[in-house]
Amino acid sequence: MSDSEEQPGADVVLEVRGLTKRFGPVVADSEVTLQLRRGEVLALLGENGAGKSTLVKMLVGLLRPDAGEIRIGGDVVRLRSPRDAIGRGIAVVHQHFQLVPVMTVAENVVLGAEPTRRGLFDHRKAAAEVRALSQRFGLAVEPDAVVQDLPIGMQQRVEIIKALYRGAEILILDEPTAVLTPVETDELLRIVAELAERGVGIIFITHKLREVMNGTDRVVVLRDGRVVGDVATADTDEAGLAALMVGRPVVLHVDKEPATPGATVLEIRGLEVDDDRGRLAVRGLDLDVRAGEILGIAGVQDNGQRELVEAICAMRPRRAGTVVLAGREVEGLDVRALHDLGVAHIPEDRDKHGLVGGYFVAENLVLNRFDQAPFSRWGRRDFAAIQRWARQLIADFDVRTPSVYARTDALSGGNKQKVVVARELSRESVLLVAAQPTRGVDVGSIEFIHQQLVAARDRGVAVLLVSAELEELFALSDRIAVIREGRVAAVLDAKSATRETVGLIMAGAAGH
Amino acid sequence: MRPAWVRRRPPPALGVAAALLVAAFLAYAIWGFRAAAVAGFAVRSCTPLALAAMCGILCERTGVINIGIEGQMLLGAFAGFFGAAAFGVVFGVLAAAIIGALGGAFLAVCAVSWRVDQIIAGAVINIVAMGFTTFFYRPGFVIGSLPTWQIPLLADLPLLGPIFFRAQPLAFLTFAVVIGLQVTLFRTTWGLRTTAVGEHPGAADTVGVNVARYRYGNVMLGGALAGLAGAMLSVEITGSFDRAMTAGRGFLALAIVIMGRWRPMLAWTAALLFGLLSGLVNQLNFDQVIDVPPQFVAMVPYGTTIVVLAVFSTRVRPPAAAGRPYP
Repeated sequence: MSDSEEQPGADVVLEVRGLTKRFGPVVADSEVTLQLRRGEVLALLGENGAGKSTLVKMLVGLLRPDAGEIRIGGDVVRLRSPRDAIGRGIAVVHQHFQLVPVMTVAENVVLGAEPTRRGLFDHRKAAAEVRALSQRFGLAVEPDAVVQDLPIGMQQRVEIIKALYRGAEILILDEPTAVLTPVETDELLRIVAELAERGVGIIFITHKLREVMNGTDRVVVLRDGRVVGDVATADTDEAGLAALMVGRPVVLHVDKEPATPGATVLEIRGLEVDDDRGRLAVRGLDLDVRAGEILGIAGVQDNGQRELVEAICAMRPRRAGTVVLAGREVEGLDVRALHDLGVAHIPEDRDKHGLVGGYFVAENLVLNRFDQAPFSRWGRRDFAAIQRWARQLIADFDVRTPSVYARTDALSGGNKQKVVVARELSRESVLLVAAQPTRGVDVGSIEFIHQQLVAARDRGVAVLLVSAELEELFALSDRIAVIREGRVAAVLDAKSATRETVGLIMAGAAGH
Repeated sequence: MRPAWVRRRPPPALGVAAALLVAAFLAYAIWGFRAAAVAGFAVRSCTPLALAAMCGILCERTGVINIGIEGQMLLGAFAGFFGAAAFGVVFGVLAAAIIGALGGAFLAVCAVSWRVDQIIAGAVINIVAMGFTTFFYRPGFVIGSLPTWQIPLLADLPLLGPIFFRAQPLAFLTFAVVIGLQVTLFRTTWGLRTTAVGEHPGAADTVGVNVARYRYGNVMLGGALAGLAGAMLSVEITGSFDRAMTAGRGFLALAIVIMGRWRPMLAWTAALLFGLLSGLVNQLNFDQVIDVPPQFVAMVPYGTTIVVLAVFSTRVRPPAAAGRPYP
């Protein structure tokens, strides 16, 4: 629009100088300095634990900095609460939406600052306000729709409108694409560009390099709480950013030989599985996974992936269909029996299904065979053997833990995940079911876990990979099965498939 | 799919109430004074339940489960009666509201500030109320029950007049509270924020709604209503106090909250159905159409509760944050 002639650098809306925050001996953010200009999209890039969330919490008044200052429009401000922050024009869209599911879009937008008429809540005015904002910023929403009926991408839009309604001039998007489909992600990037054009300053927090390259003007990279890079997006590339983020060169593309698939290990026919609410989530699904290949499952969240994985791993009863593992129907077998047949499982929710948080790291590393020799003899556990084994795995899988006797829930997400991966891959198996194996894991660990999955494949394990990250699926899979509404909508060869095709089939747009 | 309580739908209470009204007039036309007696009994016996249910609605809609309604009612009945015996009716009724609100404050401190399990906190109220009122109970005091007020003209309507326009003061108050809550919950910002606090306190908090303040306020207000419901039993209707005289009505109120899907008018209608059933059995027994011992007649509301909960509780959805401390 007409704003395009504005001089970059002319008006800094947000300036952070020497911001420092310590938690006891741990320094979360150390002398962080950055500037955000009007109409600029600034990427804040960093691994988990790099200090991004602490920085955001200070910017929205949830945490007080120990040192340094925050300037908004040139004035030093002290933010004591999110309300304070919004009063100053800073709003954040959290990863977990702060929307009331049973209320309408308009009600959610105006909540806390409602228009009234003669003492009563003014529905009509609220809806009109939402409509006005949605037109002005090109964010299509229906004011009277109930939030819980909307897809995730639309709910995110409601969050953005909510921020704009409160007069936000600085919008912080905290990992906004983590929950979105590829199509929705592209749409969000378009919206962000549109908002920036209208003069909103945007801080876009992510660890996905592709989005940084596609949708932002400048990148600030955080590592160990320090700003290690502040560059114009145009002057850098993905490899450069990854290296800055991790502190060493990172291999973004997994090196792997072409697969040499063998016999079919897992054969699923007509599988039907209910979800937690008793509705059919997997509806007549057919799938084959062969030895020595990685079959990736792509799909929009909640299209039956979780139920599929749990049904295969005997964690959820099936309603109909057959699941044949290495020529044997596994109906009626429990988790333990499957495990003894050689099924390894990296569960989606490591804290719930993968680890016992209160156990030592060493105990979690032998959780799948603590009762077998050499870890147990005559019903008595051999701690020396467990410890030796744990030390070995910790070294092999690069788990960063203070000791084998550290409580597992004290580890970072990436290291917890490595404990799970180490345990599951350290044993001979025929089938590996890996659900979101790198969710919430830092780039360095992602690289390592990816290598381990490929190594398992090369040993002849059949790998079923479920992931919400298309990059990951493309990097690892030999074949990609797209799941939609509980059925396999298409199986594609990973080498010839494109991101766009898969995205379209996921969204149900392509006729397969 | 819209949730049942979204306000732009025609309120279901209206339909049920209309059906009841038609049935009542039909019955009145056919059985005359007997039908009127049943209806009158129904309204009188359901009014304390309805007021107590308003307490449940207020609390649960802001996210606090209050199973201490029974105890708050009992405290209200106790304080109301002895307050009235010592210092007069107005003082007694005020004392009932205040002691109920104090019970609510206790629940709020436990549930909101200390993050205690809300069921346990509510159970504590019930146990303390039972012990306290039983220990300090002294027989021998008598006060008269409250006078019946009539609304001129309207009170002379057939059937409806004696039911809704010829009642005791606290019953009139209950009608006002039910209608008032229906309006404020669904049409004011306070109601919107209350709903937000009970459904997703995080969302309310981030837009500057003080979750703790709303919970404290609503739970205490609810407690006051429960206290008044207790006073209705002792001061208004019977003019006496008995040990454990609430007889589980606080728990019936919780069932009514569920049956009424957390909506004031619908809950009132549900309470009316409870009352109607009791009244009917009572009348049939009185007329010796059926002949059962009075204990069985007294069981009717409780039996109904079991059936109602079995049928309804799986089909309705309570406020999402009910029972969960925040943050």
